[in-house]
Amino acid sequence: MSDSIQSYSAPTPQALRIAKIQRIQDFLFHGITQFFAVSVLIALLGIIISLVINAAPALREFGLGFFFTQEWDIVNGEFGGLIAIYGTLVTSLIALLIAVPLSFGIAVFLTELCPGPLRRPLGTAVELLAAVPSIIYGMFGLFIFAPLFAEYIQPALAATLGKIPGLGILFSGAFNGIGILCAGLILAMMILPFIASVMRDVFEIVPPVLKESAYGIGCTTWEVVKNVVLPYTKAGVIGGIMLGLGRALGETMAVTFVIGNAHRLSPSLFSPGTSIASTLANEFGEAEAGHHLSSLFALGLALFIITFIVLACAKWMLSNMEKRQGLKT
Amino acid sequence: MISSKNINPEVFARRKRINKIGLTLSMGAMALGMIFLLWILSVLFIKGFGAIDLNLFIHSTPAPGSEGGGLANAIVGSLMLIGCCTLISTPVGVLAGLYLSEYGDRSRVASVTRFVTDIMLSAPSIVIGLFVYALVVAQVRHFSGWAGTIALALIAIPVVVRTTENMLRLVPGSLREAAYALGTPKWKVAFMITLRAAQSGVMTGILLSLARVSGETAPLLFTALNNQFFSTNMNAPMANLPVVIFQFAMSPYDNWVDLAWGGALLITFAVLGLNILARVVFREKVQG
Repeated sequence: MSDSIQSYSAPTPQALRIAKIQRIQDFLFHGITQFFAVSVLIALLGIIISLVINAAPALREFGLGFFFTQEWDIVNGEFGGLIAIYGTLVTSLIALLIAVPLSFGIAVFLTELCPGPLRRPLGTAVELLAAVPSIIYGMFGLFIFAPLFAEYIQPALAATLGKIPGLGILFSGAFNGIGILCAGLILAMMILPFIASVMRDVFEIVPPVLKESAYGIGCTTWEVVKNVVLPYTKAGVIGGIMLGLGRALGETMAVTFVIGNAHRLSPSLFSPGTSIASTLANEFGEAEAGHHLSSLFALGLALFIITFIVLACAKWMLSNMEKRQGLKT
Repeated sequence: MISSKNINPEVFARRKRINKIGLTLSMGAMALGMIFLLWILSVLFIKGFGAIDLNLFIHSTPAPGSEGGGLANAIVGSLMLIGCCTLISTPVGVLAGLYLSEYGDRSRVASVTRFVTDIMLSAPSIVIGLFVYALVVAQVRHFSGWAGTIALALIAIPVVVRTTENMLRLVPGSLREAAYALGTPKWKVAFMITLRAAQSGVMTGILLSLARVSGETAPLLFTALNNQFFSTNMNAPMANLPVVIFQFAMSPYDNWVDLAWGGALLITFAVLGLNILARVVFREKVQG
């Protein structure tokens, strides 16, 4: 006993040396791990800076009007991003309109209706759908979906929605299969599982007590979902939708296959168009240095800024949700 | 019991009807989702299996218009790109994750990094391709396997960082405290106690990142590009499955399209297999 106290109060030179080495090692290890963490930050800054630098010549030449002009003339060197930005936004919007209600249904099914033993395999199946590479969706869209779409769905849409005055123009034109609407549908298929699995996760954090009390006063399952689950998870649900939107905006391969890649602005959703990502995928490899390349970088910059804002909102809303969960448990 | 006079039968019937409609629709949505999955997988099987034979693995991609050919150069190229990418992304991602969970915790640097990683997790991969093009390809003036590797690593790192951090957080604090009580320095605790306890979780993250990059096409388009010939030179353009699939699927030649389906089936198998493997590894850990 007294021995150990003595050795504690008067460390040997050897122990001091070990302690010193360990302090240095600790310092180094801290530094190394911090360096790698910060390098992720630097990568993001690097992306923004490199995009801005490379986009600068085009933006200087065409000004901010670049984002609002529809010229895309490679031969004469006139460039504007409007058509690509329009294509990106419209396809993503179509995708959201279709995917949000469907993924809401899937999330409700998985949390409220699904029999216990099936819950896990079905949840996994949805997550696997999210893991399928986007190029597969693109091929599927081009070879399988687009022909069916042209043969059955487009005539049906033109015969029904196309007859509505005003709205009809959206569903007019030749039945090509590929085009903006087709790209939107394939995107919807792609982001569906992303949104559904986020929604399921946030639905699951609703305290059972809340739901049980609603059932206790005689609410139906649908009323519980509408009046208890949804209000409680509002921020999380919107966050999930934004996350899906972020995916849809930046999606390249699935869209490139089916959008038709035409630099034309047309009111009809059946007509081929282009999106930022698909323009990049098609033209970047062959672009001559100069205004063309620089304009493509400017498009990339626009895409990055849009998705950054959308994803930042999504992240903010989901983290609010997590904090709330932390308080409750 | 509720007496029947307290219930307005009309309202009750309407509520029941709405409930039934809502629940039927949600069941329909689930069915639709499953139909999509089965549809895509069955199309892949039907179209892809015809193209998969020994030739696919021993011949290189055919020249335009010529018969036969395989995907050997693309398969090897993809494996090399993904392998090198893992060699970069694993140490960087795991160490950054260690920092976030063990050192940074609530500091400003850590929370900003966490935020940025989450953004990078879903940032458009084509923009990352642009970045690597500007950073590497434009500087050395040729496409190369290394540029492709860097682009893939930038996509994989955020996945590894986030899963590593989350898994390390699951390690009980008492384990760390027990090690500290023995006088272990912090780096040893982090590296040899916490990391080891979270081993299979970290493995899960690495497998998920592999699955993620295996199917990525967009960032490779202007970095690794493609190579018609068999090449293991990382400093030259490199064939890889996703870009070959993209080019062949868009081509007018029937045998190219068939090869594209074969490649698509291979990639989907690999990605889904890695995903399922990651789940199995993780589940074993939770139960063990």
